[in-house]
Amino acid sequence: MSLAPAYLLDLAARLTGRFGEQLTPLPALTDELTFEVQSPQLVDVCRVLRDEFRFEMLVDLSGIDYLHYGLEEWQTHSATSSGFGRATAAHAAVDTAPVAPRRFAVVYHLLSIEHNLRLRLRAYCEAGDVPIVDSVVDVWPGANWYEREVFDLFGVYFRGHPDLRRILTDYGFVGFPFRKDFPLSGHVEVRYDPDKGRVVYQPVSIEPRVLVPRVIRDDQRYDALLTSAPAVVGKSDA
Amino acid sequence: MPEVRNFTLNFGPQHPAAHGVLRLVLELDGEVVQKADPHIGLLHRGTEKLAESKPFNQSIGYMDRLDYVSMMCNEHAYVMAIEKLLGVTVPLRAQYIRVMFDEITRILNHLMWLGAHGLDIGAMTVFLYCFREREDLMDCYEAVSGTRMHATYYRPGGVYRDLPDTMPIYQPSKFRSRKEIDRLNAARAGSLLDFIQDFTNRFPACVDEYETLLTDNRIWKQRTVNIGVLTPERAKALSMTGPVLRGSGVVWDLRKHQPYDVYDRMNFDIPVGVNGDCYDRYLVRIEEMRQSNRIIQQCIAWLKANPGPVMLDDHKITPPRRVEMKGDMESLIHHFKLFTEGYTVPKGEAYAAVEAPKGEFGVWLVSDGANKPYRLKARAPGFAHLAAMDEMVRGHMLADVVAVIGTLDIVFGEIDR
Repeated sequence: MSLAPAYLLDLAARLTGRFGEQLTPLPALTDELTFEVQSPQLVDVCRVLRDEFRFEMLVDLSGIDYLHYGLEEWQTHSATSSGFGRATAAHAAVDTAPVAPRRFAVVYHLLSIEHNLRLRLRAYCEAGDVPIVDSVVDVWPGANWYEREVFDLFGVYFRGHPDLRRILTDYGFVGFPFRKDFPLSGHVEVRYDPDKGRVVYQPVSIEPRVLVPRVIRDDQRYDALLTSAPAVVGKSDA
Repeated sequence: MPEVRNFTLNFGPQHPAAHGVLRLVLELDGEVVQKADPHIGLLHRGTEKLAESKPFNQSIGYMDRLDYVSMMCNEHAYVMAIEKLLGVTVPLRAQYIRVMFDEITRILNHLMWLGAHGLDIGAMTVFLYCFREREDLMDCYEAVSGTRMHATYYRPGGVYRDLPDTMPIYQPSKFRSRKEIDRLNAARAGSLLDFIQDFTNRFPACVDEYETLLTDNRIWKQRTVNIGVLTPERAKALSMTGPVLRGSGVVWDLRKHQPYDVYDRMNFDIPVGVNGDCYDRYLVRIEEMRQSNRIIQQCIAWLKANPGPVMLDDHKITPPRRVEMKGDMESLIHHFKLFTEGYTVPKGEAYAAVEAPKGEFGVWLVSDGANKPYRLKARAPGFAHLAAMDEMVRGHMLADVVAVIGTLDIVFGEIDR
């Protein structure tokens, strides 16, 4: 039995009715609604959502890198017989060379002021050398800076963006800092060089370290309060 | 010789009217702005990335430092997102305390805004008046959390501790006369709630005072009326929220339309503007301070009558009391696990938004079942507001840029993150 409120079930039914295969429902909390959009149809779907479903505001647009999703730095299951070690070699085994097809996603939080509804869309970037997705600036002009931010931090390109420049990082910054394979302490640091009489860049002198290891525990305590199934009618296979 | 008409002006990052570290590259035709290109990121600290490397509770303090003039509202969105994923409901008294401090924060923020904005466009006195009242509210922060700004007071599961029964009082010193000390200590004899109550009784007269200085002031109106006009349609398309959206006449307030905690039990009105110019945004914020005052009074009345727990009793999430730890092995283990590893949050994602003083402050939290967030995105209202800057100042004079920056209520802690 789904615990989602009726207005969300109603919206979900109308969305699946209108878009069919273009939208795939994703698991979400009971009071939220999430759909995956096939990236080629992204702009068309967004335009219809804005005009027909009155999602006139793009509240937020953010990127996410799924490279290390579900990886832990401290094995709690297998280590009980061999003993625990200090979790220092974090994610050493992850092969980061190719861009995996479903590594980067762009997530859109939409708001309809008229109907007082929220909706979350997720579009995975197209696979290839560079992650790329269509820009929604033409649909919501407010997306301009949000897309610049995702480009800056994740290196996701937006096809059709009018002004795709870096926004938050320093002038001349190299790399995409919010990717999971970018170290927390970065690659370069700056200091004042009294001999040269100017600020110089040099490789970081900080040793990467993990203060509190990342641990995933099989903790079912809260599961009764969450719906693990999508809050969508007609899809109750879970 | 070719005629040179447009020239480029570098405004900031070290400019008192830039409200922090805004570098604005302006293209001017004489004194008329043709294009404004804000360069941001000078205060980028990578808060979201840092949060990914720490257990959930250790990032609460980072939230204070996002919008550093509305500290507790940022914490509120963050802890709400965690609570949503954990599926817990916090005790009622904690919800009232949160709402009360959210509104105190709103007044703090609007006072800061009013003072700084006044200073920017030539009203020196307001600044001094606003900071006088801010001082009292900072004392409330200090009484409840120990710090005047970066409180780290809200926790997943409630608030860190209950409201104190006594207020700290000023001690005699050679820098303050006896008479001055007595005046300062007059309202501090009772509990924190008594002190806040005294403040809420005084505050409406203070707002009147600001208004006599500004609302009908000819210079003030000349600087703000019809400056930076935003239509409601444009405001929505540009993702504006909060007083900027309401200044354009859109009735939208998360406290009313998507109430969280106990806002659905509060009586208050939402002020909206008509013209969407700087003057309307000013009026909206002034009225919001009066409404916040009303909400605080309702919270005080309830909190005085209803003692109770302010933190969940689930020690898988909240630390046990110190006393329990002394005699109870279970509590000691809970304490140890919470402060070394933290708690794990179920797989999933949640978006929690609060009506922060500047607009919708949202936190999108993705958890993969670990003791640290997998991804945290702070949706800062100021980011969207500043993005619309170019559109709002085109065709205006250079001096109006300052007025527009002022009424957008920009704070770089949240924009640069």
